[in-house]
Amino acid sequence: MTVIGETTAAVSSTGPEHVAATQLRRRNAWRAYEIVLWLVAIALIFMLPSKALLLTEIAILALFAVSLDLVLGYAGIVSLGHGAFFGLGAYVAGLFAMHFFPEPVTGLLVAGLVSGLLGFVTSFLVLRGSDLTRLMTTLGIALMLAELANQMAWLTGGADGLSGFTVGPILGLFEFDLWGRTGYIYSLVVLFLATWAARRIVNSPFGLSLKAVQGNRVRAAMVGVPAKSRIVVIYTIAAVYAGFAGALLTQTTSFVSPDVLAFHRSADVLLVLVLGGVGYLYGGIIGAIIFTLLRDWFSVITPQYWMFWIGLVLVIIVMVGRENITRWHTFLPAPIQRALARAANWRPGPKIGGGQ
Amino acid sequence: MLTILFDGIAYGMLLFIIAVGLAITLGLMNFINLAHGAFAMAGGYITVVLMNRYGVSFYLCLPIAFLAMAVVGVVLERTLYRRLYSASHLDQVLFSVGLVFMSVAAVQYFMGGQQQLIHLPPELSGRTEIFGIGVGRYRLFITIVCAVLVVALQLALTKTRFGSQLRAAVDDGRVARGLGINVSTVFALTFAAGSGLAGLGGAMGAEILGLDPNFPLKFMVYFLIVVTVGGTSTITGPFLAALLLGIADVAGKYYVPEIGAFVIYAVMVIMLVLRPHGLFAREGGR
Repeated sequence: MTVIGETTAAVSSTGPEHVAATQLRRRNAWRAYEIVLWLVAIALIFMLPSKALLLTEIAILALFAVSLDLVLGYAGIVSLGHGAFFGLGAYVAGLFAMHFFPEPVTGLLVAGLVSGLLGFVTSFLVLRGSDLTRLMTTLGIALMLAELANQMAWLTGGADGLSGFTVGPILGLFEFDLWGRTGYIYSLVVLFLATWAARRIVNSPFGLSLKAVQGNRVRAAMVGVPAKSRIVVIYTIAAVYAGFAGALLTQTTSFVSPDVLAFHRSADVLLVLVLGGVGYLYGGIIGAIIFTLLRDWFSVITPQYWMFWIGLVLVIIVMVGRENITRWHTFLPAPIQRALARAANWRPGPKIGGGQ
Repeated sequence: MLTILFDGIAYGMLLFIIAVGLAITLGLMNFINLAHGAFAMAGGYITVVLMNRYGVSFYLCLPIAFLAMAVVGVVLERTLYRRLYSASHLDQVLFSVGLVFMSVAAVQYFMGGQQQLIHLPPELSGRTEIFGIGVGRYRLFITIVCAVLVVALQLALTKTRFGSQLRAAVDDGRVARGLGINVSTVFALTFAAGSGLAGLGGAMGAEILGLDPNFPLKFMVYFLIVVTVGGTSTITGPFLAALLLGIADVAGKYYVPEIGAFVIYAVMVIMLVLRPHGLFAREGGR
């Protein structure tokens, strides 16, 4: 991070570290589309107070997808069991509120810590093997947790879920209200802070080295990037994020259903990320918005069978090609494209070269 | 005790018949097909509909399920799957999960969410004593059919011309193509055979595994375990893995129902960490 902190790196100097530092600083600058996105999210608190519950759901799903993006988009690990960390966070937050302390921020941190611990331990399991073995390992861990939660009914409430705990006011100040407004603001703040931290992480030298590991592990090792420890670190961070998301779900709904560990959660979040695009963090957020709206819409048309349409969307995405979906804008006429790029990538500060 | 062992073997045989098709797509074509269970489910539902609505005999239903799923398999392979052979694993996972979701919802729409029951012919229900062991007749039937299939598959793979073409295509597709083997047709036929076997397994398993719309999701991990634990380079690897899994699952659910499934997942994860390419992987294979 020290390299980014240096504000004096002259653009004209040609040393490789200056080029890298400049590049990182440029990537780290806030883009217009990001600012607009957050402003809209804040404005929605006042504009759509009746939809606060849906908005909370989007914020939580977005955080979960950002977490998966760290694993998939930056470390290149295909995981089918990311729901494990989400579910663990949800249960830990519920149990913590029930047995120890009802204040949500503490519960959130504890849930993130426990999930992160599981992420750290299991990260060593995804270092080896092919995509398939990793897929099976992550899936196996998620299934083990689901089975545990189901069997340890004395602790988790088993198939009935965990209920009967109250979540106290946030920091002792803000009570959760019936319409979910506090819940939405709370989730949004957590999502914002987490995304902000994630931006710092991926736009640091550490983030660059992750991209190198994802591109080619052997070559990354050749230029001195310790691939294994990089993956362990990012996997742990992602697990913490997923734990946060799970805890948010528990705290905003005051209930933990065993459904939090179900397979479809891990599959859904993959779809969310793919809808929004992998590997630039905001894919998770945009995907969460699209996914939740789609699901809402589908379940209005066909209440029981929305799964079919979600499946169809997945198949179509793969058939059309994921890369074509994320670069939809390249099919627009050239002048509109240029204008869009200029608007979206606009950022304050000195201009260096052309728009990226 | 021995009855449990026998039930486990029958269960394992059934898992093998369904999963062997997956071993082919996964191992031979390097395609992660999570939708394999959907083929088995479709085979099961075909049997249920034919038997309960049209009164077709159970013995006739089995080959029909096989053929129907083989045709469906070949159509899907030609239209959808083959485009993804060279796609990334993430794409394959997304695509097949999408197929699973669609099949689950479609079956729920057409057939309802309840468990489907079939009425076995009288000579297959009940138990018989063999050497003093109580053996379910239907399980005996499954064991015999599956044993015959295993031998037939092994012979087909090692002794026939098609078998050697397939092995050549798998070992090195480009060289095989250079030798004049029509790799794409070989793969399509193999895919069809695999789907057909899944359909057959689903039809036979309707009684034992249970049949409801969540079948592909419930058993997906079992089929994957068979393939990943057994390795994909031989027929015997997945076969032994399936038997082990079947026995362990039945015994686990009987003796320690509280932790039964947990142990299986735990063993799978440990196994994958120690032997990422499967217990019975051939050294130096691709």
